[in-house]
Amino acid sequence: MVKTPIYFDHAATTPLCEEAFDKMKPYFTENFGNANSQHCFGREAVKAVDEARDTIASIINCKPGELYFTSGGTESDNWALRGIASAHKDKGKHIIISPIEHAAMITTAKELAKDGFEIEFMKVDEEGFVDLEHLKSIIRDDTILVACMMANNEVGTIEPIKEIAEIAHSKNAVMFTDAVQAAGVLKIDVKALGVDLMSMSSHKIYGPKGVGALYIRTGLKIDSIITGGHQERTKRGGTTNVPGVVGFAKAFEIAARDMDKNFEYVSSLRDRFINKVLAEVPFVKLNGPRKEGRLPANADFSFRYIEGESILFSLDLAGIAVSSGSACSSGSLEPSHVLLALGLPEGLAHGSIRFSFGKRNTAEEIDYAVEVLKQAVDRLRKMSPLFKVEGETKNV
Amino acid sequence: MYNEKVMETFKNPKNVGEIENPDGIGTVGNEVCGDIMQITLRIENDVITDAKFKTFGCAAAIATSSTATEMVKGMTVEEALKLTNKRVIDALGGLPAQKLHCSVLAEEAIKAAIEDYQSKKHA
Repeated sequence: MVKTPIYFDHAATTPLCEEAFDKMKPYFTENFGNANSQHCFGREAVKAVDEARDTIASIINCKPGELYFTSGGTESDNWALRGIASAHKDKGKHIIISPIEHAAMITTAKELAKDGFEIEFMKVDEEGFVDLEHLKSIIRDDTILVACMMANNEVGTIEPIKEIAEIAHSKNAVMFTDAVQAAGVLKIDVKALGVDLMSMSSHKIYGPKGVGALYIRTGLKIDSIITGGHQERTKRGGTTNVPGVVGFAKAFEIAARDMDKNFEYVSSLRDRFINKVLAEVPFVKLNGPRKEGRLPANADFSFRYIEGESILFSLDLAGIAVSSGSACSSGSLEPSHVLLALGLPEGLAHGSIRFSFGKRNTAEEIDYAVEVLKQAVDRLRKMSPLFKVEGETKNV
Repeated sequence: MYNEKVMETFKNPKNVGEIENPDGIGTVGNEVCGDIMQITLRIENDVITDAKFKTFGCAAAIATSSTATEMVKGMTVEEALKLTNKRVIDALGGLPAQKLHCSVLAEEAIKAAIEDYQSKKHA
């Protein structure tokens, strides 16, 4: 019998790895110094922060001075968007973002629109890939920023960032990518990709919560959004989260070291799950890429005739933790903006469930989850006024 | 977020299904909002003797469907028309604030089923 609860929500957060935890511990207690202090306690802290910065910079191929620590992905996204808008508004007020960005981007872009910036959305196809020809047709001389995530958190689509960056630079616009789901999972070389800014988060890659980073290319003009002391070369005020930064770097180092192995293993779990669900659960749609270009951890499905939150809780009652794109799960009245941007009708968007796997999951857990899922879906369909078997074809 | 009673009702809902040739049927909500509730009633001499539901919706929608159909069984049509979503929520020991609209559907579906019964009766 498989042990429950089973965690299939790694795109939401991951457990802290032991190595990162061990490395962090002394920085809570004996090495508690403020990295801004002049004395030996401060020097000990600043040494740890510098080491962490060197580690991450070498993994993404930037200079340590181009890496700024933040409180996480949301702050990094806010900084990139607001900081570039503010610093480049003399060139123009036109900003292009993908319609499947994280809420940290979509909500912030809406705020900028209130301040007079013109926000235009790229188009994505039904698998979530950005339409490059459409992007070329909407970019203008007064476009100041092009923003597209490296990989989508909900449907797992991996975007052609290098090509998008080339289009952005053809009009001298700044290229920003939110790599929160991609960093530590995919090989990233910021110079080869040609991105000017990139967000990263620690807790998605077995690091601690509350810490992340923003890569800012040397020479790029950007305003600060958190003003204060002289931390982070005066660009981001606030006492540096020393244990957080240390744990982030250690987790990133391990993720980079084991990247190929984890990619292969987690992909194999994902494929096992996707193949079984498509074969064994009727009236189901796989959202996102059907073949290439999907994050190794991601499987997102819409189950016809039933609603996502009730699926989520049915699985939760059986000890399986997942997330849903239904309105009822988000606390709003709208289902996932990502699924709607992919062209899903509302009914299917409400019936979506995201499974995101991790390196500690097993094939036995996958098989158990498929059995539980079949029963849960069947039970809910029997309750649904929409479910009429006659005349339907399998797999929408 | 949900209390134990709501989860238990969601896990083992009562009155799931559809009454054949019902005396009253009410369907409310739509797929765009993510909630559809269908209630069928058996009514004899203006007393509800059986109630069943089919619901497309979240755990709260399913739990309120179960509880509302339980509550109206044995009620006269007049009494059932006075059933409010607040009484359904109270019977479940409360719902999170953002879920209150789901319970409104149960009240509306019962009203719609009774209206259907009354219109058939007077036809």
